[in-house]
Amino acid sequence: MIKVGLIGAGKMGISHLSILGAHPDVEVAGVCDTSKLVLDVLKKYSSFKGYDDYEEMITKADLDAVFVAVPTKFHAKMVKKILDHGKHVFAEKPFCLTVEEGQDLVELSKRKKVINQVGYHNKFVGTFQEVKRIIDGGYLGDIFHFTGEAYGPVVVRAKQNNWRADPSEGGGCLMDYASHVIDLINYILAPITGVKGALMKSFYSKNVDDSVFSLLQLSSGVSGVLSVNWSDETYRKMSTSITINGSKGKIICDANELKVYFKTSDCPEGYTKDWNVKYVTDLTQPVDFYLRGEEYSLQVDYFIKAIQGTVPNTINNFESAWHTDKVISLIKNSIKN
Amino acid sequence: MDRILFGDNQFFAVNHISDEKSRAQSIKFKEDKAILRTLDYAIEAGIDTFMCTTHDRIANICEAIRNDPEKYKNFKIFPCMPYAHKYANAVTELGVMGALKEYVPGNFFGSLFKGGMAYLSKDYLSIMELMVDAEMKMFKGINTPAIFLQNVITDLLLGLGMIDVLKAFHNYVEKKYNAEAGFITMNLPMLLNALEKVGIENPIICASINKVGFRMSGGKESYIEVLKTKKVRAIAMQVLAAGAIPPKQAIEYVCSLPNIESILFGASSKTNIFETASLIHSFDEKFSAKEVVSN
Repeated sequence: MIKVGLIGAGKMGISHLSILGAHPDVEVAGVCDTSKLVLDVLKKYSSFKGYDDYEEMITKADLDAVFVAVPTKFHAKMVKKILDHGKHVFAEKPFCLTVEEGQDLVELSKRKKVINQVGYHNKFVGTFQEVKRIIDGGYLGDIFHFTGEAYGPVVVRAKQNNWRADPSEGGGCLMDYASHVIDLINYILAPITGVKGALMKSFYSKNVDDSVFSLLQLSSGVSGVLSVNWSDETYRKMSTSITINGSKGKIICDANELKVYFKTSDCPEGYTKDWNVKYVTDLTQPVDFYLRGEEYSLQVDYFIKAIQGTVPNTINNFESAWHTDKVISLIKNSIKN
Repeated sequence: MDRILFGDNQFFAVNHISDEKSRAQSIKFKEDKAILRTLDYAIEAGIDTFMCTTHDRIANICEAIRNDPEKYKNFKIFPCMPYAHKYANAVTELGVMGALKEYVPGNFFGSLFKGGMAYLSKDYLSIMELMVDAEMKMFKGINTPAIFLQNVITDLLLGLGMIDVLKAFHNYVEKKYNAEAGFITMNLPMLLNALEKVGIENPIICASINKVGFRMSGGKESYIEVLKTKKVRAIAMQVLAAGAIPPKQAIEYVCSLPNIESILFGASSKTNIFETASLIHSFDEKFSAKEVVSN
């Protein structure tokens, strides 16, 4: 059994906690939160031991690994402390507020030789995994252009009073929403190394951006567009998509549906010339416990398996999340200048 | 429960495979009368139970049903609560406490903040009860013989091991609404096991059950085993696996399984509603005839 502790039982934390609670190889050995209400509910209705001080939890509870699901501004300090204790870490996204903080954690996690992962769950979505396979196989030929998008209804009126509305805590559409798309582009195509221009617009929020639009340049030389807006109430929930144009065809993909156009019959097995449509139902891996989407269970499972040594710690490790932080910083700097 | 239950995903742009289809559905069902017309088709096809989420717009549908008692005299609704995106978006925007303040009715949180933790900790379950009451308001005067907890909440509590809360929901809807509790889940075998442990016998459970094993967590085999050997009133949903299985094959498979009391499906067009209902009837006949022969 892998003994896991969790810090921050908010929206993502409670979802991780449920998945961990149902995982056959995991024992939840501690949950830390600053809310008395949350701790009291856990005490009354669950078997998890609660803590109101994370340092106490990591020293007293006999943990192998810790999930960190607190506002981003606390990541640097808390993750460092956990790494100092030599424990494996799963941190929520985005990774850190600054590139320097992230670099320190990447280096420390390497020195400590512990498993490290960040919660960019789209990499565990079947459709996006298939896009990666098609691109890596060279089936789209030379890449000409891409468009990465995400839309959703997070802030659709002028009333907000939590940490997501505070830029110093890691709030805002760039940090919260666009980070997912940036991370996906980094993974599927090539690392983003340049920002040719960016707009961050606020529609309802006073202190943070509600949308981000940017022209991005990849290390491969390919350029493309980022378009993200969390104030779009025509979406029921967050919808992330990527469109890629290449010399041999085109891909349009979101978390549910993959549409691929091939110019010729030179395409992967299971595909033919012209349009192909595949659904997540065909591409998703089954899970033992489902909550909100297979990808949430799969990413937790991947982390646990990495600790057990059965998968490499390559997908969503600190270093890859740090690359995403670097792009966030490039976009911010492009606006400042 | 009726053999066929009519679902509501199509009315609220819930499409598990295509955002484009979702948008098309949003446009098609923009007006409440489009929803009511589709319900009429379902009734015409002999389907008298509407299983729906507690979306704001359902309140208008309920109003129309109350206003025409003759037409809807055999009509039943199975409410499924909560409409999770409403709360999830509120939690993202306002935080857990902010969302509770926004949605728990009455003065409860006013008194909570005055009385402090000691007051609250006596009775978290009464928060749950107040929220159930708030969601049930729109169904006043309508026959709701079963009330369901949505899978996102059922499964969240299941993973957290908070089965007592599921039991409290079960007991409350029985006591207050004289209704049976139902649980929607993506984890049928695990849930049934947990419910049995807290003494809930033969529960109503609505789960994905389909030929390709889509969203049948723990594997299709474990589901079949449960259906064959355990006491459960199963409702099969996602029988078409979001369109991955052709309707005829999909329905044939589900009708061939033992112990499935009801089949839930949603459709937008009259043709699809009639075709699916008639497929269920014809495969039911085929398999019941087989049973008679083998007995």
